[in-house]
Amino acid sequence: MNVAKETNSPSSLRLVLTLAIAGLVSGVAIIGIYESTLPTITANKARELREAVFKVLPGVSQMQALVYRDGELVVVDAPDKNEPVVYGGYDERAEFVGYAMPARGPGFQDTIAILYGYKPGEKIVVGMEVLESRETPGLGDKIYKDAEFVAGFSALSVEPEIFAVKKGTKSQPNEIDAITGATISSKAVVRIINEAHAAWSAQLPAPGSEPQLEAEEPVGTEADQ
Amino acid sequence: MKKNQTHEEFIKGLWRDNPVFVQVLGMCPMLAVTNSAINAVAMGTATFFVLVGSSFLVSTFRHLIPKQVRISCFIIIIATFVTIADYTLLALVPKVHKELGAFIPLIVANCLILGRQEAFASRYPTKLAVMDAMGMASGFLLALLSLGAVREILGDGALFGVNLFGENFEPWVIMILPPGGFLTLGVILLFFNWFKFKKDEFLEDVAAAERSRG
Amino acid sequence: MDNLLWIFISALLVNNFVLTYFLGLCPFLGVSNSLETSARLGLATTFVMLVTAVCAWLLNTYVLVHAPYLRLICFIVVIASTVQFIEMLIKKLSPALFRAMGIFLPLITTNCAILGLAIFATNRGYGFWQGIVYALGAGIGFTLALVLLAGLREESELSDIPQLIKGTAMNLIIAGILSMAFMGFAGLFSTT
Repeated sequence: MNVAKETNSPSSLRLVLTLAIAGLVSGVAIIGIYESTLPTITANKARELREAVFKVLPGVSQMQALVYRDGELVVVDAPDKNEPVVYGGYDERAEFVGYAMPARGPGFQDTIAILYGYKPGEKIVVGMEVLESRETPGLGDKIYKDAEFVAGFSALSVEPEIFAVKKGTKSQPNEIDAITGATISSKAVVRIINEAHAAWSAQLPAPGSEPQLEAEEPVGTEADQ
Repeated sequence: MKKNQTHEEFIKGLWRDNPVFVQVLGMCPMLAVTNSAINAVAMGTATFFVLVGSSFLVSTFRHLIPKQVRISCFIIIIATFVTIADYTLLALVPKVHKELGAFIPLIVANCLILGRQEAFASRYPTKLAVMDAMGMASGFLLALLSLGAVREILGDGALFGVNLFGENFEPWVIMILPPGGFLTLGVILLFFNWFKFKKDEFLEDVAAAERSRG
Repeated sequence: MDNLLWIFISALLVNNFVLTYFLGLCPFLGVSNSLETSARLGLATTFVMLVTAVCAWLLNTYVLVHAPYLRLICFIVVIASTVQFIEMLIKKLSPALFRAMGIFLPLITTNCAILGLAIFATNRGYGFWQGIVYALGAGIGFTLALVLLAGLREESELSDIPQLIKGTAMNLIIAGILSMAFMGFAGLFSTT
């Protein structure tokens, strides 16, 4: 058994030096792994975002990030970390199709994060994708597992606002059937969309004057780990 | 002999000194990620990497690290390995990384790893230390896997995502929720207690028989 | 951004750090044999959480934007320093309390709940006030869980418990039942 032997107390310099060297080597190793995995991680995030946007905006094949600055919606390559952002979706002819809007809010158990597709011309939601949820398995998690519920968002009017009604009683274009046994989670999703829409509607340009698609740039947020 | 000794160092972590069931260490991240078998395996593998890597470095440099700053050095080394594991998982298996979430960085707070450095790696040669680390990490992985498997089978009717029981199985949902974690581990520990109790009883009977004979 | 009251209640009850996120289990299972120690430890932990939340926000906003990979190490350094500082403070202000708390103070450093708090707050992008409210909720929730278990354990000391289940196994099963009870808080503050 070999125990580290110290015949006399090491000097402060020795202590500091050891820590400094350890810190330095550690720093180099961490920076190394960060740099080498950065391209893959950024690509993964961009691809995930793309897939989600294309899912909630049918017919879209290109996208770009848009933020609200100085009174108008402008195109950005990489939005600031905490800046609210929406994504403009465009088809192959670079024509504007709709916005993919991220939104989040409290659900039944914890925060739910979604992405929903919105067409400003017709004022309808055209798709909804749950990005994060910790709702109860078997009940609340139906907000993404129940195909019928998700399909209910494919042509949902937002005027004056969306209402979740008891399953089977949907009668208006702005109503959606809630999930039996998961009323609160269903209503939470609807409330999240309503709130996001209320927050953004003043900042969106008039239909027909949305920002044009700029040259193809990889879209994604800064790799922020 | 050296060979038997290294062999022993590895084995002891699997059962006799199993970090979870016997030493009851490393619980924090453990219960949270065992709601499915695949998550359990991922966390176990990450912890394996961190524990073995840290033990290797700590043991190799044990003579160079002054006693006074050893804990800080251990933490720097462990944190470095955890960060490496974090980024590697994010790059290679982003879906699994998302499931494990914040619990990968929390490996750093796993008392098992720091405890092993302090109790073993800083005092023994590299080969033994690595064996010990591998044994402990394997025991940890096995414990996680058993917990994850039980919870997933009962709570989801599946194992590694493969549905086992068909359509009519009514899953015991509580198992994949937090209470399930506590209860499952509690029951497993109960079995360990019972097993130990029976073994002690048996040994006592043997000793009593020896005494009455002698 | 989530509103402050939801963040507080969520951390305190609905998503209690100990009973839902499994953080802080080492002290939860190790220290909760005495009601008084549990309450004190909980309070000390809450204070460390508050300081950590503020420091984490400062680090995230000004330093880590340029070097996100240093996040883990920076958080650990902050937590260790805060605990050291509190130790010195308590020692100076109330030596009796310091002796009573003994080994438990330095153990706060390895409490995954504090590091977990910093990481969760970062991942959710909490600002300054959100971080503070989150830390308060988490700390009080942690104290609550600890005190509850301590109370139950003190009661059970007087009962006749089979030898087989005594110890950690029993504590875990009690914790499981407590966790189930706390699940009842889900849906609190739903506005519908």
